[in-house]
Amino acid sequence: MKNEINEAHEAVEDNSTDSSNSSEPVERRPIVPGEVIVSGEDFLPGDGTRRDGENVLANRFGLAEISGRVVKVIPIFGAFIPRKGNVIIGRVADINFSGWMIDIDYASSAFLGIEECPRFINRNEMDQFLAIGDVIAAKIWGVKSKGIDLTLKGKGLGKLEGGFIFRTIPSRVPRVIGREGSMITLVKEKTSCQITVGQNGWIWIKGEKIEDEIKARKAIEFIASQVLVSGLTEKMEEWFENN
Amino acid sequence: MSSMEVTNLTREKLRKMFAEGKRFDGRKLDEFRDLKIEFDVSNQAEGSARVRLGKTEVVVGIKLGFGEPYPDSPDKGNLMVSADLLPLASPRFEHGPPGFNAIELPRLVDRAIRASDVINLSDLVIEEGKKVWTVFVDLYPINDDGNLIDAASFGAIAALKKAVLPLLDKDGKIDHKTKSTNPVPLAKDIAPISFSFFKLGDSLILDPTREEQEASEARITFGISTFEGKPMVNSCQKYGEDLFSQEEIEKAMSLLPVKFEEINKKLKSVL
Repeated sequence: MKNEINEAHEAVEDNSTDSSNSSEPVERRPIVPGEVIVSGEDFLPGDGTRRDGENVLANRFGLAEISGRVVKVIPIFGAFIPRKGNVIIGRVADINFSGWMIDIDYASSAFLGIEECPRFINRNEMDQFLAIGDVIAAKIWGVKSKGIDLTLKGKGLGKLEGGFIFRTIPSRVPRVIGREGSMITLVKEKTSCQITVGQNGWIWIKGEKIEDEIKARKAIEFIASQVLVSGLTEKMEEWFENN
Repeated sequence: MSSMEVTNLTREKLRKMFAEGKRFDGRKLDEFRDLKIEFDVSNQAEGSARVRLGKTEVVVGIKLGFGEPYPDSPDKGNLMVSADLLPLASPRFEHGPPGFNAIELPRLVDRAIRASDVINLSDLVIEEGKKVWTVFVDLYPINDDGNLIDAASFGAIAALKKAVLPLLDKDGKIDHKTKSTNPVPLAKDIAPISFSFFKLGDSLILDPTREEQEASEARITFGISTFEGKPMVNSCQKYGEDLFSQEEIEKAMSLLPVKFEEINKKLKSVL
């Protein structure tokens, strides 16, 4: 079980929109919409930016980051926007003939078809596998105009049993995961909890002791609150020593 | 925060934690969050207060206007408490006709104030049977992180205590230009506030966060004020599907005077 969950993380991390994988530190500065980030034809506007003549402007409030030629804005606040491949944590909202409606904390709910479960499910006993109010970790395999489709086929996906879930701001999820999963690995090591981070901002924690779980939650909430801090991994080491 | 409803996992976890006397934020089950009260947040209102209870935030405004007395009480002024659950306060609040919570919140605050007789409504008569003062208490939740009812009741009484009776000009109209210093006729030693106990499993908790509030299965709200120097319950309302046993009510009753004293002390220190 533990291994599966760890692998689920990797699935999360692969899709994370965290900053580039280059090891050199990149400078980030707070920016407001309309502000000029850089001037020059050489730069390429990335997520949350637009080009206006010579200049690259910010579309969103967040941290501007220039890595190589690419300029982007990492939003500080923002809703979850589902993308194919995202691992999310959702709540079973309804059961119908062919599957489950899952609340994934987005404007529309998502659908998990019965054939997307890893094992055979009897159509008459669907609520024995997933009942209303249950929590699942699922992967988005399709975002279409008719809705969002989920699957449970994959490592670490499935119904979450034990522990609890709570929410952080979705745009801070990359921060919580850290570069190549460094941050979440640190939290897992220090608290010996199993943690799954959904791209929709919901985080599942399960530990042996309630104290560990509370500590893990506090740590993650602390990470998510430190928007403007660089070198947070070192800071977290310190935090764990003091708490 | 979010619009995802409370899950079985979280409810079970909280049930277990409460049974052990633990909470996510490290408080005791009957411990309140940090209470902060600010006054005069509105320059148009006759009295106003902003209450912060942890992340929960409520702005309360008191307005006085002329009104006609109700036929059954021609010798008394009117008290009207209303609330507007703004969608900015919580993803649970929507535009449109008021729902259950939007009706219940002001009613509970209204009952706590009215039943305590803190406002001497008979002193608000201008012309008996024809013209009286109406005290409007408007509750505006700015952020809902649970326990809105108690926060609103603290804010309502705080704002009332600082509210002034407007002056009248020569024609008997309200003089909005001059600042009045006449207080609204209130009983000085009474400060009615409400306390809501939430039940999950076999545990009673006070001042829940939204997460805890949504996971709870029942709520009982008591309006408390002072009568002949002693705390007295003057209103009470239960909500939710679960039941309260006699022992639980007795437990709540033994806690109430302590909490009433604690919050009252805080209120007195800022007034």
